[in-house]
Amino acid sequence: MMRSEIAWMILGMGLVTYIPRMLPLAVFHRVKLPPFLQGVLKNVPYATLGALIVPGIFFIHEDIWFGVLGFISAFVAAWLGANVIVVVLASVVVLSLYGVI
Amino acid sequence: METILATKKLSSFRQGAQAGISIAIGYMPIALTFGLLAKTTGLTLSETVMMSMIVFAGASQYIALNLLSLGTGVFEIVLTTFILNIRHFLMSASLNEKAESDALWKKALYAFGITDETFSVAAMKEGNVSASYMFGLITLSYGSWVVNSGIGHLVGARLPQSLQESMSVALYAMFIGLLVPALKKQRKTIWLAGLAAVVNSVLLLLFHMSKGWAIVIATLLAAVIVQYIAKESEGKHDA
Repeated sequence: MMRSEIAWMILGMGLVTYIPRMLPLAVFHRVKLPPFLQGVLKNVPYATLGALIVPGIFFIHEDIWFGVLGFISAFVAAWLGANVIVVVLASVVVLSLYGVI
Repeated sequence: METILATKKLSSFRQGAQAGISIAIGYMPIALTFGLLAKTTGLTLSETVMMSMIVFAGASQYIALNLLSLGTGVFEIVLTTFILNIRHFLMSASLNEKAESDALWKKALYAFGITDETFSVAAMKEGNVSASYMFGLITLSYGSWVVNSGIGHLVGARLPQSLQESMSVALYAMFIGLLVPALKKQRKTIWLAGLAAVVNSVLLLLFHMSKGWAIVIATLLAAVIVQYIAKESEGKHDA
């Protein structure tokens, strides 16, 4: 059974989450942007990744070294050319070992 | 001809699904914990699973639980969700620049699955992004999110504490795994990621800005400044 208040909350949350995700792809997709703005949008993924990683990764644990070690191990694995899944598994393994020690 | 098209679609679906494995792994500990917290907040199993199915946005689902336990009203919870998720507008607009011209209903459908993680993976993919690729990517991510939310509620337990802790790095490691190859390829990306990281840290830690706005402002600022400088130096070369 679902309470109606919770159901409305979920529907409302779903709607306000979906609208920003959908508008540019399905409604504004024909809008021709000036080249400068196109360039900005092409820059967005790299900037987003920077902001998604820092500072969040340093606060995954009370012990800041946990995040630092995770950062370094992922960075080294990726720099050596490891596939993304390998990068993920490597940093999880390194932190598991750190947790044991 | 049709069989060729069908095979092509299948392979890009599979390619997307393969790229989704890291996200599926990364969502696991977060979704399990969400299910557990939802239970302790007093949500039923169906409410928990429905929220993950309909909203599909980790951070705002956590915040909703928190606000519910504080007795906050529905309107305020929905408003908070909206503000936190405006950043996906920017991501969707950026993805639109490399989206293949698929049928509108397909784009409207996969737009539902744009999260920080699926966006990052799709945006770093070489070449254009097709609807079948996105469906593959989202099927795995969404499946992991919904199923693990349910398991978390049912089992009422997380992963063992030590594994839970070490797995919390998974999504960050994935972001690093996506970014580093691009850093090696192009100098410009170092500036973009570095500048956004610094601005985001300053906004969050010094100005105590909310996470949703900080990421939007940091991303836009870095993207605009770097684009401006790139254009200026291009102009000088021409002259």
